[in-house]
Amino acid sequence: MVHPHPQRTSEGLYDPAYEHDSCGVAFVADLSGQRSHDVVAKGLSALCRLDHRGARGAEPNTGDGAGIMLQVPDEFFRAVVDFPLPPAGQYATGLVFLPGDEGAAAQAIRVLEKYALVEGADLLGWRDVPVDPSDLGESADAARPRIRQVFLAAHRLTDTPEGPAGSPLSGLDLDRVAFCVRKQAERESAERGVAAYFPSLSARTITYKGMLTPAQVPAFFPDLRDERVASAIALVHSRFSTNTFPSWPLAHPYRFIAHNGEINTIRGNKNWMNAREALLASEVIPGSLKRLFPICTPGASDAANVDEVLELLHMAGRSLPHAMLMMIPEAWENDQDMEPARRAFYRFHASLMEPWDGPAAVAFTDGTVVGAVLDRNGLRPGRWWQTSDGLVVLGSEAGVLDLDPATVVAKGRLQPGRMFLVDTAAGRIVQDDEIKAELAAAQPYDDWLHAGLIDLADLPEREHIVYTHDSVQRRQQTFGYTEEELKILLAPMARTGAEPLGSMGTDTPISPLSTRPRLLYDYFHQLFAQVTNPPLDAIREELVTSLQSTIGPEGNLLDPGPASCRQIVLPYPVIDNDELAKILSVDEDGDLPGFKAVRVSGLYPLRDGAAGIKARLTQICRHVSEAIEDGVRILVLSDRDSNATLAPIPSLLLTAAVHQHLVREQTRTQVALIVESGDCREVHHAAVLIGYGAAAVNPYLAFESVEDLITTGGLAGIEPTGPDGRPSAAVAVRNYVKALGKGVLKIMSKMGISTVSSYCGAQVFEALGLDGRLVERYFAGTPGKIGGARLAEIHEEIKARHARAYPANQAERTHRRLEVGGEYQWRREGELHLFNPETVFLLQHATRSRQYDLFRKYTSKVDELAAEAGSLRGLFRLRTGVRPAVPLDEVEPASEIVKRFATGAMSYGSISAEAHETLAVAMNKLGGKSNTGEGGEDVDRLYDPTRRSAVKQVASGRFGVTSEYLVNADDLQIKMAQGAKPGEGGQLPGNKVWPWIAKTRHATPGVGLISPPPHHDIYSIEDLAQLVHDLKCVNPAARVHVKLVSEVGVGTVAAGVAKLKADVILISGHDGGTGASPLNSLKHAGTPWELGLAEAQQTLLLNRLRDRVTVQVDGQLKTGRDVIVAALLGAEEFGFATAPLIVSGCIMMRVCHLDTCPVGIATQNPVLRERFTGKPEFVEAFFLFLAEEVRGYLAELGFRSLDEAIGHAEMLNIVPAVDHWKARGLDLSPVLHVPELPEGAARRRIRDQDHGLDRALDNELVTLAAPALERREQVRAVVAVRNEHRSVGAMLGGEVARRYGGAGLPDDTIDVTLHGTAGQSFGAFLPRGVTLRLFGDANDYVGKGLSGGRIVVRPFSTAPFVAEEQIIAGNTILYGATDGEVFLRGRVGERFAVRNSGAVAIVEGVGDHGCEYMTGGTVVVLGGTGRNFAAGMSGGTAFVWRLDKSRVNPELVELEPLSDEEQVTLRTLVERHFAETDSAVAEYLLKRWSEAVEEFIAVVPRDYKRVMEAIRTAEAAGRDIDEAVMEVARA
Amino acid sequence: MPDPQGFLRYGRRLPSRRPVPVRIQDWREVYPVADDGLIREQATRCMDCGIPFCHDGCPLGNRIPDWNDLVRTGGWAPAIESLHATNNFPEFTGRLCPAPCEAACVLGIAGGEPVTIKQVEVEIINRAFELGYVTPQAVPPPSGKRVAVVGSGPAGLAAAQQLARAGHQVTVYERDDAIGGLMRYGIPDFKLEKEHIDRRLEQMAAEGVLFRTSVNVGVDVTAASLRQEHDAVLLACGALASRDTPETPGRELRGVHLAMDHLVPANRFVAATAAAVKDPAVGPVPPTPIDAKGKHVVIIGGGDTAADCLGVAHRQGAAGIIQLDLYPQPPDDRDEERDPWPTWPWILRNYPAHEEGGERVFAVAVQEFVDDGAGSVRAVRVAEVGVEKVDGRRILTFVPGSERELPADLVLLAIGFDGTEEQPLLDQLGVARNRRGAINASSDWQTAADGVFVAGDMHRGASLIVWAIAEGRAAAAAIHSYLGGAGSLPAPVTAATQPLAV
Repeated sequence: MVHPHPQRTSEGLYDPAYEHDSCGVAFVADLSGQRSHDVVAKGLSALCRLDHRGARGAEPNTGDGAGIMLQVPDEFFRAVVDFPLPPAGQYATGLVFLPGDEGAAAQAIRVLEKYALVEGADLLGWRDVPVDPSDLGESADAARPRIRQVFLAAHRLTDTPEGPAGSPLSGLDLDRVAFCVRKQAERESAERGVAAYFPSLSARTITYKGMLTPAQVPAFFPDLRDERVASAIALVHSRFSTNTFPSWPLAHPYRFIAHNGEINTIRGNKNWMNAREALLASEVIPGSLKRLFPICTPGASDAANVDEVLELLHMAGRSLPHAMLMMIPEAWENDQDMEPARRAFYRFHASLMEPWDGPAAVAFTDGTVVGAVLDRNGLRPGRWWQTSDGLVVLGSEAGVLDLDPATVVAKGRLQPGRMFLVDTAAGRIVQDDEIKAELAAAQPYDDWLHAGLIDLADLPEREHIVYTHDSVQRRQQTFGYTEEELKILLAPMARTGAEPLGSMGTDTPISPLSTRPRLLYDYFHQLFAQVTNPPLDAIREELVTSLQSTIGPEGNLLDPGPASCRQIVLPYPVIDNDELAKILSVDEDGDLPGFKAVRVSGLYPLRDGAAGIKARLTQICRHVSEAIEDGVRILVLSDRDSNATLAPIPSLLLTAAVHQHLVREQTRTQVALIVESGDCREVHHAAVLIGYGAAAVNPYLAFESVEDLITTGGLAGIEPTGPDGRPSAAVAVRNYVKALGKGVLKIMSKMGISTVSSYCGAQVFEALGLDGRLVERYFAGTPGKIGGARLAEIHEEIKARHARAYPANQAERTHRRLEVGGEYQWRREGELHLFNPETVFLLQHATRSRQYDLFRKYTSKVDELAAEAGSLRGLFRLRTGVRPAVPLDEVEPASEIVKRFATGAMSYGSISAEAHETLAVAMNKLGGKSNTGEGGEDVDRLYDPTRRSAVKQVASGRFGVTSEYLVNADDLQIKMAQGAKPGEGGQLPGNKVWPWIAKTRHATPGVGLISPPPHHDIYSIEDLAQLVHDLKCVNPAARVHVKLVSEVGVGTVAAGVAKLKADVILISGHDGGTGASPLNSLKHAGTPWELGLAEAQQTLLLNRLRDRVTVQVDGQLKTGRDVIVAALLGAEEFGFATAPLIVSGCIMMRVCHLDTCPVGIATQNPVLRERFTGKPEFVEAFFLFLAEEVRGYLAELGFRSLDEAIGHAEMLNIVPAVDHWKARGLDLSPVLHVPELPEGAARRRIRDQDHGLDRALDNELVTLAAPALERREQVRAVVAVRNEHRSVGAMLGGEVARRYGGAGLPDDTIDVTLHGTAGQSFGAFLPRGVTLRLFGDANDYVGKGLSGGRIVVRPFSTAPFVAEEQIIAGNTILYGATDGEVFLRGRVGERFAVRNSGAVAIVEGVGDHGCEYMTGGTVVVLGGTGRNFAAGMSGGTAFVWRLDKSRVNPELVELEPLSDEEQVTLRTLVERHFAETDSAVAEYLLKRWSEAVEEFIAVVPRDYKRVMEAIRTAEAAGRDIDEAVMEVARA
Repeated sequence: MPDPQGFLRYGRRLPSRRPVPVRIQDWREVYPVADDGLIREQATRCMDCGIPFCHDGCPLGNRIPDWNDLVRTGGWAPAIESLHATNNFPEFTGRLCPAPCEAACVLGIAGGEPVTIKQVEVEIINRAFELGYVTPQAVPPPSGKRVAVVGSGPAGLAAAQQLARAGHQVTVYERDDAIGGLMRYGIPDFKLEKEHIDRRLEQMAAEGVLFRTSVNVGVDVTAASLRQEHDAVLLACGALASRDTPETPGRELRGVHLAMDHLVPANRFVAATAAAVKDPAVGPVPPTPIDAKGKHVVIIGGGDTAADCLGVAHRQGAAGIIQLDLYPQPPDDRDEERDPWPTWPWILRNYPAHEEGGERVFAVAVQEFVDDGAGSVRAVRVAEVGVEKVDGRRILTFVPGSERELPADLVLLAIGFDGTEEQPLLDQLGVARNRRGAINASSDWQTAADGVFVAGDMHRGASLIVWAIAEGRAAAAAIHSYLGGAGSLPAPVTAATQPLAV
């Protein structure tokens, strides 16, 4: 049986809904439209060259999916069917995946026949598609559908200009009929359990695809090898799925697209689409469209949904490019330079549809035009080239087709938000500007907008109301405000306009475990992008983001017109009380009846309890529906005016209930939802409200609280002050609004979402601890696996808060109006913390005085707290007695167990040398592992066996990541996310970059360092595969870890990571520590490791991948019990950070981000470091005690070693006796689920990954370089290279670094010339002494982590084009380079020299975000730059020829003419560029140097300049340079 | 957000005490009111810890970081609100508490200097009184329940205030002539001027608390009648059974007194003198019976009471004062092995009275009070000793040949208290003293007698004022709930709570 979505159903914590895919895509087209089999063959050959971008599961011969879309090969079909076919174009055809069961297949066919009849189509016949399954993997074959091909024709029913009634339909007209048949047949066959899936059904194109590897595509479908199969277009796709559950339909291409990417806002987009269905109507598709609904097939993948919506828009009359640009618009909102008509086009369409947001390279074709579009952030690679004989090739990589370089006349790349289009009918490539100009001119969009859109600012002002202190306080009580929130959240936000930071991990209970009333928001945990999808940097790459939206009714999506944009523009998703008043009274004078607004009161009679909430919500939903019928177009959902008997329904529940109700009713798009919320006060709250459908949030009580704080003296320090010299309430409120909005933007960015309009309703949260039925009813589509609180418990929470406002006894409230809180800091009357004064004291004293009994006292206290409410694991019981206990002395010794322990990734920089080395010394002594964190490692520690860190981290900042660092690691850890702040980057401000830190990080002292939110070489799972491969090449002996954070779906990500051949998967809990993080991330992103670990374990087992990866876990592990629970859930290794720090003297000050740690741990300040009291012995004692405890548990459980215990989740059950009033509804059994396994199946790692290093080109290079490696002799070599040769030079470089350390060999000792197209990561981590000269071109990540080597890339000498106009290499070149030189003759893609900290590079043009986050080195650009040049650039220098200043991000840098010294430097570099590459530009410049040099601008970071000047001055004056630098940094 | 650099910028500073020669001429408090600048600066040193050990080190759970931050920014009004949230009487604790909070302050780790928490506390309440922030709190409609509080020390008063604010009719019974318990006559004015007590009593009276002085319950009123007239009774009679040393030869000599017998009349004299100044009609004040004037005073004991005697003796004009301690001289800094931070450390504590004069002798035990031949003490014969604790028992080892005599014509025994006094009340209630001389309470603070509760020193044994208030608050919460009162009152401690210790 075939489903349009994966067959595997949810089991335990695994849910197929979280599968991701990512991939390689390519097309080959004949520009003149000439059909040939050659194009097909070339397409298939390109597909095979993308093999490494796809993946395989446990079986090497089962692929994740591959396929090809062609023009309908009429000649071939005509020859192979045994019935007559109408002329070409007058029949539609397509493969049908039918159930394997014959009866079921027959039934499915009958369904199809029925709808053909209904839609007036003639079923011409069937063909059995020949297939050859001999090479298929077992699971692919087992899921293989019966594949037949159907042929349809249809005739006009009426006379039309195109033809008289009865004349045959063709092309698009026929496709519309086929579309109607297919939609209905698919739906009904699925409903009947005999699902038929149509890879395509069209008169224009046909798709062949399946659960295949690229090479299997032509092998499986003999059709494709037939010379008669001719097409002018071949669109191919190779898939990398995180999971390998059998599914044939999930392969691409779909009917119009092949997609490499992911739609992050898919839930929202689908909901909005469903809501829009009610108003859909189209003249070109006759009849009611209802029969075709739902447009978005439930359960289908995001790519399938994109395809379906695109199809609808196209069928209803828009061209494919037009439809594509509606769904994936470029970043127009902040682009002031955009041509006004184009801007109007986008702005108009924003009123019709929110963007489908996420990384996406979408290739599409309708059989005539073929093109591709890239998302606004440019997060997927795409390269194209054109030959003199009219061939156009586009692919995820350069070099997917071997073409004679002499015939390549043009090359290019997909650019962010741009479209690349080949029109085979017109026989030309259509430029992005031309496509858009034409579309923009098609309608008077600007006029429509002028008449339609209303700016919020233009609405008349209304009265501002100030509330009394008592009133504010009473309502603060009602909504559960705490003193802590006022102090820690509201006041700082009002003061600074930014969300405050915190540090260290959270150790308080998750909401369902907390014994205190919690806000409903707290049950929702933010999802974040990891691995399959990058988070964004909303600060440095603000230009692609937008917080603007429009509110107001939408019309028929398929019938755009001036009325479509009759809406109000909201510049910001948070509105103050005055703005809300404006909106509420928008039609007060009756002049804007189209915006009739009404306030809906969300209160319920408290005494009616949960039933009261339910009844009231039902009533509200009915009321809202009636209001919409009465013409109301703006609904303000309000919780104002509660009193002693009426309590507020949580705003979130109110919003989600109304939103979902209206989506179900399909009236949602007719009305705007604004939430007037008393309980919303944090960034997270606003984000959840918007995520569940609020267009704007008015946190009125927060505003009133801010005003009240000012009046009562609780908020000082607001600048500027009001006219009376007192803090200005207006400024405070503005700041607060700004902080909320920016915070929401950051939360969106974590998920990789750039625009608030697509975030609205996108539901990118998981529910943790909410009852499944409650979620289904009010938050449908939200994941949540463990049940939990129902309305009854929510009511109890409301009641508890309400009781504070209306106390039975007011004495309770004397002098204590609000609860203390105690969420962020421990408080006596506050929330439970696992680390409290007593446990910290016991732990420190026990380990310092080496008293095991005292340690047991500590662990029993912590375990007690955990059982009370502290953690999920606290609810588990160890099932002793199931197996016979083992005598303690037969259990493996503590000395073996401690080898599984690791300390956390804390950078040298975030913690002091003393603290860092204390941990390292202890772990080395024990045989465990310490971790460098992301700050690199000092060379003297690198080679010191007692002080080195065995685990070396590779994080997004790549600080100190050199070839020398990599080869000296036992383990290499790629940090994809961090528990405390998944999806966020970090920043080390200049005053913390002390000279010794700067040295280790290869940075400049006193100059700030930024760690970007994403790894800029990992935007997708295949990118991560690439990085793993890079690291493996450099250091084949090291295990490569991938660190993930627990969230729903992490299991599927883990499966993907296992498939991409990581050796260790680390699952971090949400409660992990940090040196600095926004508070909302600390509290609201990610989930406990118990869930993530169990999900990963289960998914890996289900995929038969568990045997090849080690699973590590961390996140607030504190006791032996924690360890044993983690082991039983599947972990082999265990990480600890907070506890060993406490042992070292940390007292949870939580000021790590302030450099004022009073115990000398999280500080570099020498004065404070004096106060460090930790010793390695204490840390050793801690781990030995812990291991001893683990032994005790093993003995009781009947295991002789941890290996025996790993994965035996059945040895846990749930404590029945514990009575948490809220946790009653929790069902943790999915966590303890063990999938059915074959006898003897491994539950832990028992075999190594096959990394395929033996196939690397470098094996050859290493052999060639032997004389150099062994005897330092010069070596010259020439080799050929293809795109499949990835990480060229990495292994060779590793050899050099291993033998010759950081110094490497003399320059050019090993000098290799290569011809062809280099695969990704060309020259990665190349150390000094190796030079790679490439003739041809290169893909992404050239010179990644360059560590002193040299790279030269230039076109083939036979290339006919002008080199500086063509692309020579891809994106993200020199990422994290520390030293070395790169000469590139030609243009390159996005993010050139990102985070470069020392390399010198010359290039002839760069894409967007050039020199981003650069901290050192020199970049010369002899050509244009893209937008956002130098964003986050804090060090180094860039010299740009004829710089367009408007493209520079001016935040950190200054633009100035070159100094004399700089001119000399530049000249030398340009001369060398000419010498190395024969660059025509260099030659031109040198010819007229004195004139040319004036045309250069130096881009210099301000702070960097200041520090460099200070160094010069200090040197001149003979002063201590370090001191002078830090003085400047602190100034 | 507090200033993270505060502790790096400023050192610990206390306001300067009044000069010794001046202050020993009178009985006024030794600290003048500190200026805003100093206090705000010192509050700025607070780091607002993620785990505020101070807040835990305080039995009351004073929200120290919160009010420190408010003081830093000059928010005196919200600061007193925050302080009053946990502490009924910061003007007492801010003067009398030895500040376990400061011992637990993170800044004190490894010999650092803790925040001057206690000083900030007292200045908050000083400002609050000054600025009129301390006003009677609104009281709900009467509950109809009556509660008797026996004893008017900090425990009794705290309970009384809490219960009155919950709507109960509270009567405080005090056997002495003025309310305040030990604070009234047990503590010298140079530590606590009595106007502070009076000011607070005014507020309590306005909130509806009735005070009955000079009523010795068990004597003037029987326990039975008290129970009959009230729905609940709280015993808060303190732990005034002074420890004596009857076995020491010469104990019976004239001039050898219990410390309290010296302190209480001295303080009464001060009070009476003050009253006489105010109202000449009162007439001449009779001299205090045990006056140190011109005498060689030996004070035995090293605790708070001994220090109080010392200060009093200075002011009475003693000729010379020696203070004896059985234990060796404690170290100046915390011994981490013995008392790891944040526990209460055994260190040499210098009270203001010590800087006023006198000599301290450590590691000596009294062998004999030496008779001058006329039945008066002439000297104290001491020997040097070592003290060891074995299984909780104290073992003394004398240093042979170390005996010597110290001249003395007034000897004050300040060697501790053995729980609450034997008194008729206890028998009438059928409540017995336990081994420590204290009264047991069950987890709901009730004694063996139904509806009779106990709190403070009477329950815990002689302890700190913060414990007394904490227990008073907790007992009030228990009584409130015993009376079926709505909601619950804050209860910072349980009857079994102990401070963090090794």
